[in-house]
This record gives sequence, C-alpha cells and structure tokens, in this order.
Amino acid sequence: MGEKMAVNGDTAIAMAWKQINPDVVAAYPITPQTIIVEAFSDYVHDGEVDTEYVCAESEHSALSICVGASAAGSRVATATASAGLAFMWEMLYIAASMRTPIVMAIANRTLSGPINIHCDHSDAMGARDSGWVQIFGENVQEAYDNTLIAFRIAEHMKVRLPTMTCIDGFIITHALERFEPLDVETVRNFLGPYQAVRPLLDLKNPTTYGPIAMPDYYFEIKYQQAVAMEEALKVTRDVMAEFAEVSGRKYDLVDGYQVDDAEYVIVAMGSTAGTLRYVVDQMRADGKKVGTVKVRLFRPFPMEDMAKLLKGKKAVAVMDRAMSPGTGGALYSDVLQSLVGMDDAPLVINYVYGLGGRDVMPGQLTGVFEDLIKGNENRINYMGVRK
Amino acid sequence: MANEKSSELPPGGIITDAGSSERYHTGEWRSQRPEVDKDKCTNCLTCWIYCPDNSIIVENEKMVGFKYTHCKGCGICANQCPAKAITMKEEGL
Repeated sequence: MGEKMAVNGDTAIAMAWKQINPDVVAAYPITPQTIIVEAFSDYVHDGEVDTEYVCAESEHSALSICVGASAAGSRVATATASAGLAFMWEMLYIAASMRTPIVMAIANRTLSGPINIHCDHSDAMGARDSGWVQIFGENVQEAYDNTLIAFRIAEHMKVRLPTMTCIDGFIITHALERFEPLDVETVRNFLGPYQAVRPLLDLKNPTTYGPIAMPDYYFEIKYQQAVAMEEALKVTRDVMAEFAEVSGRKYDLVDGYQVDDAEYVIVAMGSTAGTLRYVVDQMRADGKKVGTVKVRLFRPFPMEDMAKLLKGKKAVAVMDRAMSPGTGGALYSDVLQSLVGMDDAPLVINYVYGLGGRDVMPGQLTGVFEDLIKGNENRINYMGVRK
Repeated sequence: MANEKSSELPPGGIITDAGSSERYHTGEWRSQRPEVDKDKCTNCLTCWIYCPDNSIIVENEKMVGFKYTHCKGCGICANQCPAKAITMKEEGL
C-alpha cells in the first residue's frame, strides 16, 4: 500500500482484476469500457495472470460464457456498457436466477437513440430489476475499491448474486485521477480463495443448472432472490467495514455530506456526487444550510439509511441521470418509497439531468439548491435541457 | 401442487439428484390419452420405436400398455400404428 499513481477508471478496474486473477474473463469491447478488456488482455498475453480469457463474438455470448464458467465453479469477471448491457438483457436475468456470482464492470453510457457514446445511467437502470446487486462509484479510486468489494458481496454464501459496479462513462472511465491501489497480497487476503457451490464440474455430485420451473415452483425460486438481496444489504455493510480496516478507506451504503444540520439536500449517484460536495462547500461558505447524499449501493436499495439521512429536512432534490419517460427517474421513486409514513418527511422533487453526457456544471447544481430554497414544488424537472 | 417453501428449495432451483425427472410426472400435461385395442395390436412395437417419452410398456416383447405418468398424449403412437390399434381419447370427460 501507499503507492500512488495516476490512472483512469477503466485501467483501475483492469488492475483490480489483475490482482484478483479471476479464473475466467469473457468479454466483448464497447466504448467506454474497452480500455478495461484491452488492458486486461495485455496482462493475459504477458502471463501476468492465469485467467482463461475468452473473446466472445457479442455481449450476449460474453455473459453466457460467464454464466457457464461460474456454474462450472470459476471466479468470473466481465465488463460492458450501454447497448452491450442491453444485449445481455436475457442473460442478466439468467445469471441472477442461477445465482452465479459474476462481477461485471459497467462504464455507464446512454442508450440509443439518437446514438451517443457518452455518460448517463440509462444502461444500468435497464438492468435495475434483473436481480443484480448494483454499486455506483464516484471516482477512479472507487472504481477500483468497488471492484474488490463486489467480489466479496457476490460470492458471500448468503448472497450468491451477480454484482455490477458502475462508473460514469468517460467522466471516470477515461479521466486520469490520483489513485492508490492495495498491494496484491492484501487484495488476495481480502478476497480469499473462490468457493464454488455445487460446481458443474464436480462429477461426484452431479447438478442440473437452469432447469425449467413451472407455475408451481417459479415464484418460490424467484422469492429466493428477494431474500438474497435483503442479505446483500447487511453483507455489503459488513464487507465495507472490513474493507475500511485493510485499506483505511471508509465507505457506507449511502454517504451523507454536511447533512446533519442541513435544511436542503441533493441526492445523487456517480461522479455528480463529487461535484455536489464542492457546491455544498461553496454554499456553506455563504451560510446556506445545504448538504448532499451519495448513493453507493443502488440495488438492494438502502431505504432505512436514506430515511435516516433525510428525516426532518425541508426539501430534497433527487438527481436522476436517466429518464423513464412518463414518470420521474428510478432513484426518485426509491427515495420517495424510503420516506413513506415518515412524520416529518421532506418535500422531494426530481431532476433528470446530464443525459447523453451533457456536462454537469457546479452553477447548475447551485441552481437546484436555490430552487429548493425558493420552494419549487414542481415534481419532475429537467436540469439543463433547452426546452 | 408442490408444497416446498422457497427456503426449502436449493438456491437458484438447481437440481442436486441425478435422474430426478422420473419423479416429475409430465403425464399431468396430457389432454388426450392413448388407448390400445389388443385385439387389433400385432405387437410390431412401432409405437415403442416412435414414442418420444419412453412411455410404451413392453413385457416379453409384447406391447402391454402405456406409462401414463410420463405419456404427454402427443398421439404419435396412434398416428404411426400400422394396425390402427391405438386411439386417442379426451381426458377429463
């Protein structure tokens, strides 16, 4: 530990994989994720890892290979973005329902159309209900740290769910930042050896993966995922606490910044959370009682943690970097649900923002705080669009 | 209808017993059942060759009936029978 370097978010994830040395990686390149699989294929070529690296002919195949490899008893990683994640749609649900603890990095990029390669969270929101644990990172350091944490959550015996770690496309995937990796021994001790459950390749204990379940069993098998997600909430908390011990970097499911005495709060995920802390500092200097909440764990959604942070606030704005046309964003719904039944629940409004990589400027976020202070009651707002 | 609770089932619905499909009575899906007229049957075993579910019971090289636990009622045996000894009857009438 202690070695400092400047790398981009994709490279940080590839470096995490190199230290983890997964048994199998199957992937298909797509901007802005491509650096991850390119860098990792160099490690494979140079013999720095033992990983079986499969160049798939599509994302559908890449995740299919991952599911098979995981069921066979391997530790598996992959990465994708945007249309690639959408093309995995069928296999996302299969990976979750077969309880294969695959870890996948998502370089958040919008979905067509109009075709656009830049950041928003539309791709990850499409996977929201697939049964994957979803973690959002703010910066390069978290891109790396969340990757290590994700393996521990996914592989936990009470969870056994695939896990995706999301970072903002280009903003984090391609920007150089100061970054401090752990040493390889610390990483390997933190993860421990992979423990397979009923691996397909155990010929003495034959197992069928992915059998049909008719109406008399489907619901019971699906309910197991709901139970596992509930466990994932506790497990994530424990794993993050353990990670703090080995790394000195303390993370929580949701992180509050200047919220204790704040009257107005903005909730966000991803890189915008960092911009928001800057904006809060600026406005605090002017005596405004503002604060911000960063959501790190999006699925399962930490409702109680969110409720605790927002209790008693005057007004809250939820920033959604994705749009569900016809209603607000998904994060908005989750925050609202967290506050149902609370006596002194704040007014909560929604801002859809930053779609297709539209820049998010500090002045715009100051404007959102000013909207809250002025008493904007318009529920669904669009920040920065030319109407 | 099954009785096991979600918590009692293997995670992900994996199957941990080999050959367990024998306990899954796909015959429950049947809407028509095959019946044989042994006066017409010549025991040529064409039905046994064609049955996709291994549901023709043969004893001492003679066709003696159907395994209704796993016969889905597809009707291939009735269609193929050269002696027209097998007929399909509506279930549940």
